[in-house]
Amino acid sequence: MGRTRQFYLQLGFTLLVCAFLIVPVFMSIVAGLTENFFIGLKSGFTLRWIGVVWELYAPTIFRSMYIALATLAVTLVLGVPTAYVLAKRPGFLTRMIEEFLVLPVAIPGLAIALALILSYGGFRDFRTSWLFILVGHVLYTLPFMVRSVLAVLSSFDFRSLEESAASLGAGFWRRFFGIVVPNTRSGIIAGALTVVTLSIGEFNLTWMLHTPETMTLPVGLADSYASMRLEIGSAYTLVFFVMIIPLLIALQRYGTQRIKKAGHA
Amino acid sequence: MSASGPGTAIRLVDCAKTFPNGTRALQRTTLAMKGGETMVFLGPSGCGKTTLLRVIAGLEAPDPGGRVFFDDEDVTALPIERRNVGMVFQSYALFPNMNVEENIAYGLKVHGMPPAQRLKRVEEMLEMMQIGELRERRVTQLSGGQRQRVALARAIAVQPRVLLLDEPLTALDALLRERLRIELDVLLHSLGVTSAYVTHDQGEAMAIGDRVAVINQGALVQIGSPREIYYRPQSRFVADFIGTMNRVQGTVRDGALELPGGRIPWTQDAAGTIEVLFRPNDVHIVAENEAQLRGKVAQQFFLGDRTRLHVSGVADRVVVVETTEHGEFTPGQAICLRIDPDTLLRLRE
Repeated sequence: MGRTRQFYLQLGFTLLVCAFLIVPVFMSIVAGLTENFFIGLKSGFTLRWIGVVWELYAPTIFRSMYIALATLAVTLVLGVPTAYVLAKRPGFLTRMIEEFLVLPVAIPGLAIALALILSYGGFRDFRTSWLFILVGHVLYTLPFMVRSVLAVLSSFDFRSLEESAASLGAGFWRRFFGIVVPNTRSGIIAGALTVVTLSIGEFNLTWMLHTPETMTLPVGLADSYASMRLEIGSAYTLVFFVMIIPLLIALQRYGTQRIKKAGHA
Repeated sequence: MSASGPGTAIRLVDCAKTFPNGTRALQRTTLAMKGGETMVFLGPSGCGKTTLLRVIAGLEAPDPGGRVFFDDEDVTALPIERRNVGMVFQSYALFPNMNVEENIAYGLKVHGMPPAQRLKRVEEMLEMMQIGELRERRVTQLSGGQRQRVALARAIAVQPRVLLLDEPLTALDALLRERLRIELDVLLHSLGVTSAYVTHDQGEAMAIGDRVAVINQGALVQIGSPREIYYRPQSRFVADFIGTMNRVQGTVRDGALELPGGRIPWTQDAAGTIEVLFRPNDVHIVAENEAQLRGKVAQQFFLGDRTRLHVSGVADRVVVVETTEHGEFTPGQAICLRIDPDTLLRLRE
């Protein structure tokens, strides 16, 4: 089958759009690796700026990582049982709870942060610790975990599975961890990847909630863009890419796997 | 785990079920199943038969006042996981995260059976259900019939006191259903386990049940052997729900039932105009000199093993007749019929 002119036109357009999106990313990476961006590539490549970023901002990188992991832990502990209860008892009340859970996605992060500060800002130790940021991140990411798990739970008849496990003598905890959780694994993993990705990249909330001692990577990025050389900001961005891109790829792959699996069932 | 001996007798006393939204799924029901008996709960969809099964299983608690007994033990307050029942669901509800062997072993593991014994029991089950070659398969790779066997093996493995089957064959195609129906009947009786079997398929109920309990609108309407249910229905609902039943108007006069097409000797009491019922296979096609009733063939339907005729002129409405004769019938053809007076049925209601 020969390819038509229309095909090449479409391909060209697609590539153009891709280029439009990718070139800035590429430029940013190049900027982080060149000696002097204004002189250009002929000034030579260097890892010096990455070294500087490490010196200045290493704590923000680690902080972002452990806040993301802590967020993940909390959303798993809260989100999976929440999704289970929502799926098990569909009714007016559970619908309401579901809607309320999703609210933080629609409300600007800044507004949530302000509300948190108004409510809990008075507790000084809490206000100045990283736990304050954790609370914000959990509020923001929990709906994604709940939704993801809920979607999988609604895709198969887990009640019958539980009932048949019960008929074979399994009590509640055994059913929950032996039957419900393993069969919801794909939703839990997809939810976990989303939560970690969102938490690592979260800026709006964190910018309001942080103190100089609890700065995270994205807030640090803004800080470096505002007050450092362009090369340092770009090198910092590069570090962020290195952290976030594997997560995005994993998310993408896991997402498509789930679709394939659903197609077979 | 109790051994499968003579089987556990089940008794329901005053069990009703009202759902939180006010729906009365089950009227007050008292019912006894003998140990080792297979009882089929038969009724149209939404009649409450599954609710009844779930009350026996312990998945639903009866309304206050209802009691469930396994032998002499009151199990009303026991949740399903402590009743030691085996359950087969319409969807089979096999665990997708486990292979066939693990599915069958699940209950044994939960009951704390040591691994060596467990393995032996699983092998027995695989052999009994003839699914040895499926052992390592994931349950998503099984056909409907295979899933059904695994579900049965899993339920039987734990040697339940009672086996509960909720429309176990409904998800299968007709041919397989017919075959498995026979297998299932043999299996249930060889195990000697008390079984409660829910279905809306009367053919299945007749083939499998030692006794059939017909349920309609949440109430038990008749309980008896398949033959009793078929030949001696006690209500219009049972008569109409199971098989085809002719229902005609006639007048009793001088020891005979007079119909538009002739007279049948009448030995039962009752007088005046009455309604009588009879099965299509209780009507015999006879020669002219033996005729009680005369009519005309309106339509014929060849069903393979028998021919079904719609005969007009015999009664106030078309009478359905079934015959195993090989001959061809033509619409309009005159036909002579005879009915054994003992097979004529009157409803008390």
